[in-house]
Amino acid sequence: MTPQQRRWIFLVAGTGLVAFYLWGLSGLPGFGRYPGPYGFAILRVVVAQTNATGVVSAINFEYRGFDTVGEEFILFVAAAGVATVLRRLRGEREQPATSEAADRDVPPTSSAVRMVGLLFTGPVVLAGWWLASHAQTNPSGGFQGGVMLATAFVLIYLSGEFLVFKRFSPIDLTDVVEAVGAAGFAAIGVSAVAMGLPYLKNFLPLGSVPGAVSSSGTIALISFFVGIEVAAAFILIVAELLDQTLLIRQED
Amino acid sequence: MQIFPFIVVAWILGVGLYGVVTSRHLVHQIICLIVVQSSTYVLLLGVGYVTGAVAPYFFDVPNHTPAVDPVVQACALTDVVVEAAVTALLLSFAIQAYKRFGTLDPQELAALKG
Amino acid sequence: MNTLAVHTPYTVPVAMMDALQVTLLVLVAVAATAVVLIRVPARQVLMLSVYGVLLAVLFLAFQAPDVTLSELTVGAVLLPAVLLLTLAKVRKKEQ
Repeated sequence: MTPQQRRWIFLVAGTGLVAFYLWGLSGLPGFGRYPGPYGFAILRVVVAQTNATGVVSAINFEYRGFDTVGEEFILFVAAAGVATVLRRLRGEREQPATSEAADRDVPPTSSAVRMVGLLFTGPVVLAGWWLASHAQTNPSGGFQGGVMLATAFVLIYLSGEFLVFKRFSPIDLTDVVEAVGAAGFAAIGVSAVAMGLPYLKNFLPLGSVPGAVSSSGTIALISFFVGIEVAAAFILIVAELLDQTLLIRQED
Repeated sequence: MQIFPFIVVAWILGVGLYGVVTSRHLVHQIICLIVVQSSTYVLLLGVGYVTGAVAPYFFDVPNHTPAVDPVVQACALTDVVVEAAVTALLLSFAIQAYKRFGTLDPQELAALKG
Repeated sequence: MNTLAVHTPYTVPVAMMDALQVTLLVLVAVAATAVVLIRVPARQVLMLSVYGVLLAVLFLAFQAPDVTLSELTVGAVLLPAVLLLTLAKVRKKEQ
């Protein structure tokens, strides 16, 4: 099939898809006129029931906590998949990190990049930690905080060297941290079952003031575990890709 | 303004699919797939919007202020992070395919056997 | 439950919010078209980063700050980093 034929077939099929989409669109109540009862029902009861003022995180970790367990395990399996697919194949050799770094002739990192990296790594780690631990008050949560923590490690690689990055994030430690995060989330649910309650029910004390850091029971704890799991998964992905790019060579 | 966001969603979806179908480079194809995924985030948030309402956080506004729908925001939030990891998995497949077959052109890859 | 009489310290007139949302939607559509029409992957990655930032601002105009934070870190930093590492690996093989 030539590219021209492919283009024509796509135009015909794409027009059909858009026609179906617009037909389905005519049944919506219009932009800005959300009628649905589920969202409004949750908004009415959430602060009274969970003492959490961050409604989106309360939904993620309490009202729809089971869906979030599934999503987190998709992330876990994707990171494990990257580590498996990018393994050292037969016919390749992996050089030790020190020898590879010694004889690379690339221009040294500019001092502007080094300075920006030095200045920003601390605040980014602090911001990521704050986001991961304040899920119940503000627009924060485990997912955002974890991704920001992983970004700090990418900043270390960009402003320093590959060796520094490897020393800060050895793959074995990252694997263990990721497993602790994923298992911690599942364990909180299971410990609710051990007390005779349904899976993932909020059983810790709810605190007195809505929106305080120690309020809302298991939501804050789950968000912390999700944060470290997401951060470790992304650091693992970046470390595996860096290993592939810099260390693994074809046997010749 | 009633249906304009949804028309933009259809446009982004169509453009992304066109990129996927007529692509000559695997990484270009994966980036067009990212564009297609992002159209669904806009659709989710567009469905849940309430005119004149605030964000669903009651830390500094009184407790029963009319707010937009928080359930679709929770869906879109986890969606964004998880799709990034799945895209990294797709890219690692692309790397190993390049090592095995020596080409990154999807139309040539389809013709190879074994 | 669809009232326009919301009075918080952060309310803006509905017409201004509509204008902002329409502008951002048009910019996002143009940026998506640009991402697809650029054929060289190394340049497309930079355009994807710009598209991620525009999308994050659009989510902020849709009153969704959580999704903004996620999309900003993922779309502007992590996805371009992973894509550039893949492109470096593929280009190095070609040499």
